[in-house]
Amino acid sequence: MNSFMAWIEKRLPFMDAMNKHAIQYPAPKNFNFWYVFGILATVVLVNQILTGVWLTMNYEPSGDGAFASVEYIMRDVDYGWLLRYMHSTGASAFFIVIYLHMFRGVMYGSYQKPRELLWIFGMLIYLVLMAEAFMGYLLPWGNMSYWGAQVIISLFGAIPGIGEDLTIWIKGDYVISGATLNRFFALHVIALPLVLVILVFLHILALHEVGSNNPDGSDIKKPKGSMKPEELSKFTFHEQYTKKYDIVDAIPFHPYYTVKDLVAVVIFLILFSWVMFFFPEGGGYFLEPPNFTPANGLKTPEHIAPVWYFGPFYTVLRVIPDKLLGMIAMFAAIGMLFALPWFDRGVVRSFRYRSKLHLLNLTQFAICFVALGVLGTMPASDLANLIGRLATLGYFGFFVFLWFYSKGEKTKPVPERVTG
Amino acid sequence: MKKLILALLALAPMLAIAAGSSLHLDKAENDLSDKESLKRGFESYLNYCLGCHQLQYQRYNRTFKDLGIEEAEGVKNWMPTGEKSGDHILNTMPAKDAAAWFGSTPPDLTLEARFRSPDYIYTYLRSFYADENRPFGVNNKVFPDVGMPHVLQGLQGVRTVNEHGELGEAKGGSMTEEEYDAFVRDLTNFLEYTAEPNKLERKSLGYWVIGFLFIFLIFAYLLKKEYWRDVH
Repeated sequence: MNSFMAWIEKRLPFMDAMNKHAIQYPAPKNFNFWYVFGILATVVLVNQILTGVWLTMNYEPSGDGAFASVEYIMRDVDYGWLLRYMHSTGASAFFIVIYLHMFRGVMYGSYQKPRELLWIFGMLIYLVLMAEAFMGYLLPWGNMSYWGAQVIISLFGAIPGIGEDLTIWIKGDYVISGATLNRFFALHVIALPLVLVILVFLHILALHEVGSNNPDGSDIKKPKGSMKPEELSKFTFHEQYTKKYDIVDAIPFHPYYTVKDLVAVVIFLILFSWVMFFFPEGGGYFLEPPNFTPANGLKTPEHIAPVWYFGPFYTVLRVIPDKLLGMIAMFAAIGMLFALPWFDRGVVRSFRYRSKLHLLNLTQFAICFVALGVLGTMPASDLANLIGRLATLGYFGFFVFLWFYSKGEKTKPVPERVTG
Repeated sequence: MKKLILALLALAPMLAIAAGSSLHLDKAENDLSDKESLKRGFESYLNYCLGCHQLQYQRYNRTFKDLGIEEAEGVKNWMPTGEKSGDHILNTMPAKDAAAWFGSTPPDLTLEARFRSPDYIYTYLRSFYADENRPFGVNNKVFPDVGMPHVLQGLQGVRTVNEHGELGEAKGGSMTEEEYDAFVRDLTNFLEYTAEPNKLERKSLGYWVIGFLFIFLIFAYLLKKEYWRDVH
């Protein structure tokens, strides 16, 4: 066995990679609750891919057959209902854990130097995930699928000059039809998942290159030779990390964080199962009632709302009276997140050691984001528009304020070593 | 962290604008595990509804199995002759004619309980009232200007509305109010069943899965505690 492993190792450094990325990867020992969402996102990604493969075996991507094939899966395929609910609940769960994962990064300044590229890869994952979810949402071919897609695709019509042609190019038809469904299917099951998996791979590689941040934002990699031997972490780490740095306050990812994450994964699965087995419609937010009737181009649902996870950006779009400006603002809202590492000119990462003003800004940002999300699922009204506009200002304001106060911000001293 | 939670709580009043002018619906209080009720609902559906409303995603033999009807008996007594037991529950009304007769093709009802809700169906079927301005002489409180006649009029009779728009008692039907409500409850129950035939199985499997996960959680936690002794 050992000689076989050695034979492999000579040709493909498998154990070396395992050591580098898990068994001898130095992770700060003070990770808290907020640090479980990366692994949870991975769990959900695997769930989506596996259930997706099995759903594809019985799904029929055509305007005539799609809706009926979903009901066929729900009724006639053995445990098809379970696969379908795992996939539909997984879509919403994906966004819940991703939003919490992103907010963790914002709170603890994990996007700051040297983790900008890591953040960019994360944002690309988020962007592709939104496209993936949007295309997947059309596939059941329910009436909300149809009209939701109609609303979003028609946005591109607001682009001056090429808008109308662009929407026809996206749809592959003059209206949303089987042609649209087919191309969305291709993108949803092949193109985007491939891109997603590659980006996740790059995200993790970039993470392991720069190392994990932690709730204190202090570095666990100290300059080589700057620490006394008794202060060094007592664990063995891969030489890629130890030859350049003195590692302090770190523990190997495996087994310490794998067993800790296992607890988090089980708790997550309990919550996930609770929703999936007892409330698979998620109160009408995960599976919307109008989607239980087939797509009908002549019959508009009473109140068209995108799925809840697009809520924040949909509200930004909707509260701006001009369609083109609204669309620009919506994309800018995502663009701001991409540029976050450059809006923040501070050097202290974690909000724990930053100014009161920063905590306030962070809090208002979280409130505005949630408010935008809640409004996105509601019908428009004067009051909702007013609150939506204020929340939009708060959302963009977060970045602008940050840019101003982060240079020369009055911060507290960051501890040399991690606390707790 | 606490501040954050408090701040998020401040959002609660926003939910108030969510509550729109939703229609008042009576509670159906049907029971999916009551097979006798489901059978009565199935029978009523075949007698009163299927002529116009198909159940195109629901199969006869699946229904027999779930409702506890022997397949041979089902084929003999619960199905049109000439159809196979694995067939979907369809009717023979041409969609084009139906559209001409009622203004639009009567919708398929397999998923109606998920598209609307059981309470909606229960309330809708009890909310027809006399209205001379409508083609069939009836209108509906829940679905104003509905194209459907009051098919169950012989059972319920006709209700009238007073000047405040409130529904009065039904007169001239073969059933008492209690009997009619029970009849509609069975029908609602059956439609909740067809909307998701696996609903009961889903929930009972859920208890097992979550039960297993809780036991697993104990071991996962102990494992974590054991390993982390090295760290602390």
